[in-house]
Amino acid sequence: MKALIAILTLSGTAALTAAETSQPVAILGETVHTLNGPAIKDGLILVRESRVAYAGPAAGRTIPADHRMLRAKVVTPGLIDARATAGLSGILNQAQDQDMLDRSAPLQPELRAIDAYNARDPLVTWLRSFGVTTLNTGHAPGALVSGQTMIVRTAGHSVEDDVINPAAMITVSLGGNAVSRAEGPSGGAAKSPGTRAKAVAMLRAELIKAQEYARKREAKDETKRPARDLRLETLARGLDGSQRFLITAHRQQDILAALRLAREFNLRIVLDGCADAPLVLEEIKAAGFPVILHPTMARASEDTENLAMDTAARLAAAGIPFALQSGYESYVPKTRVVLFEAAVAAARGLGFERALAAVTLDAARILGIDGRTGSLTEGKDADLALFDGDPFEYTTHVTATVVAGRVFTDGPR
Amino acid sequence: MPQRLTAVLTAALLSVGTHVSAQDKPLAFTGARIIPIAGQPVENGVLVVQGGRILAVGPAASTALPAGAEVRDARGKVIMPGLVDSHSHIGGASGADGASPVQPEVRVLDAIDVRHASIQKAQAGGITTVNVMPGSGHLISGQTLYLKLRDGRVIDDLLVRLPDGTIAGGLKMANGTNSIRSPGGPFPGSRAKSAALVREQFVKAQEYKARRDRAGNDAEKLPARDLALEMLVEVLEGRRIVQHHTHRHDDILTVLRLQKEFGFKVVLHHVSEAAKVAAEIAAAGVPSSVIMIDSPGGKLEARDFALENCAALERAGAEVGLHTDDGVTDSRLFLRSAALAVRAGMTREGALRAVTIANARMLGMETRVGTLEPGKDADFILLSGDPLSVYTEVEQTWVDGVKVFDLSDPTDRLYARGGPGAGESRRSPLCCFGSAWDIIMAANGGN
Repeated sequence: MKALIAILTLSGTAALTAAETSQPVAILGETVHTLNGPAIKDGLILVRESRVAYAGPAAGRTIPADHRMLRAKVVTPGLIDARATAGLSGILNQAQDQDMLDRSAPLQPELRAIDAYNARDPLVTWLRSFGVTTLNTGHAPGALVSGQTMIVRTAGHSVEDDVINPAAMITVSLGGNAVSRAEGPSGGAAKSPGTRAKAVAMLRAELIKAQEYARKREAKDETKRPARDLRLETLARGLDGSQRFLITAHRQQDILAALRLAREFNLRIVLDGCADAPLVLEEIKAAGFPVILHPTMARASEDTENLAMDTAARLAAAGIPFALQSGYESYVPKTRVVLFEAAVAAARGLGFERALAAVTLDAARILGIDGRTGSLTEGKDADLALFDGDPFEYTTHVTATVVAGRVFTDGPR
Repeated sequence: MPQRLTAVLTAALLSVGTHVSAQDKPLAFTGARIIPIAGQPVENGVLVVQGGRILAVGPAASTALPAGAEVRDARGKVIMPGLVDSHSHIGGASGADGASPVQPEVRVLDAIDVRHASIQKAQAGGITTVNVMPGSGHLISGQTLYLKLRDGRVIDDLLVRLPDGTIAGGLKMANGTNSIRSPGGPFPGSRAKSAALVREQFVKAQEYKARRDRAGNDAEKLPARDLALEMLVEVLEGRRIVQHHTHRHDDILTVLRLQKEFGFKVVLHHVSEAAKVAAEIAAAGVPSSVIMIDSPGGKLEARDFALENCAALERAGAEVGLHTDDGVTDSRLFLRSAALAVRAGMTREGALRAVTIANARMLGMETRVGTLEPGKDADFILLSGDPLSVYTEVEQTWVDGVKVFDLSDPTDRLYARGGPGAGESRRSPLCCFGSAWDIIMAANGGN
């Protein structure tokens, strides 16, 4: 037992040495993209108590002697990956580290991301080394309702220390591998719907049950209230808007089905994937829901065969709020990196400013965390990415990532 | 069918065959920054092609334009050799089936769709020569095919012929976890068994070759034809290069050990852990075709994948190529792999060689492709800017002096960017494109 404690202590120490905790930090950036306004030449960011204490021109400011000094060519807010499965879909891709999808039933909204997230999976560190400070991660597409996502920092200590919102969204998939057409074991969960229409019918039936459940839970007479039901409880939170539905839909008919569901049940939804978005831009725009767009470099096949590298630019032109994501990968590469996805989107019509916003402030707004991160603003969490050149150039390096004031130098990458 | 229409159809077919032939008149691109790979980049350079070959390349000041040349202004553009991808799975190709882990007789040749969208997308990425491989689920999964990405109607239009008339290609082999399956069947259950099975095959092939050599021209004494052993004999005689999937450092060393035992030519593919054994790879004089992926893992043997593999091999003095492994990475972004190699420490020159001449050598095609030099195939790409910048786009791709991709063409652009229809095969010229259809309509009195 003593030996075990010693080992635990050692590993704890090792984790802490990668990042320095409480020391104040001063960062001088030749170009600082605060996302609050135009880029600042020769900017300074002061970090104290894990928050941004100052972000502005360096001219005329003195840097206190107790601050650790960092310099970078370019500084941006820490990157936000608006839809990931990192921490649940482990690096090895073996049965024992794949916790992003339980195939025992098609509807399991009660599956929480916090009960599965491995803060120390090497892929979490990998993402952080490319400037990613915040993830909306959790259960993958592939079941009608696969579970939930949470919003977490990439500090890599423990889910308790790193979590920002433990129950961010309820993950729904329409079409794709959530529909199981083959006999016997397939990609989908057991008892998966066999067609698109059946999938929507199953979901509607479950939502009606949850409406009923929520109504009965309000009964004045306590004895008439139904027993707690984790599944319906979660869906009821989705119905009252306290937890949003993240609906993965790629084909245009699936996107329209998602919008139809939202209208019927007055849901707050976020559209995920949306390979066919350019075919139904007007409908998406009119519905007013944001889109977390598929990775720019995602593979085009089956439901995603229409995806395009310039869809982000089209969403931007249509005025639809959107963010970018690493998504879920079942094989190599086991995770994508939003820095790279934003880079290719920037170069395929989106442009630098909008691409940067799609992985910082715009993503924070969609995730509802713009009060604390997404821009370099006094009082917000000190989440930053430091680069030795244009962040999107393939040959630029991330020289440091700052997560809530802790400086990580996993690279340079 | 009326005879007149049949005749016109035949004429249309012939014209489809000939409209893709190279120009007879010299074609010159002027004013571009030219990266010939052979030698230093040239500012304000000139590239002249004719009859499918490169006629001249060099600085404007010292490169004469031939009389009658058609001149195209390429100021502001960058011209470099067409990219060579040493490992891809475009064309919807498949190789061996589940019957056995060793199937050298199976040919990718018999399984490629030349109109497949993935081939159009590879052209959009500037790829002009490609090694199309069967998968890695076998120790020996079949014969690979070296293709020139011409706009062909049938596979024959894309083939590369060796001087003796045979079709150019390699032999795909693999070790590590992909070919290991649960016990009971013909597939190996361990790494040592994998190596033993392969050695057994090559020993058989050595004996087969000895019997053939002894028989000489005596037909009576020749052993019965054996498609699998014939193929391995080609490998033993150095007429066919082994293209070998291998990731982990110990698996890499196993390939080098077998290479030494049987003396075949081999290229190491993927080499996720190359950085751990870069000195050994360099000492063996064996080239590596490296994959650049966005994160490690996804399978056990790629857990320790490092972006620094190219740099480590380059520093050790080994030959380094890069590949797409399409669909693992996207052919349209092949230059990105070179840029990521630079990000992780490789030299710029090395990275550009890795997507051109180094790969050409790994396919034994270095005398024809991979650099811009007079006499070589007129395979080149026009870029909007620096090849390693994310903001650069491939604007044109030329194979044998014929333009096969143009970003300003709406159909080509669809394949380049994606969108509805980008997953569909290239349509037949007789089906839907204007020219041939117009001929047929005209033959029918315009109706």
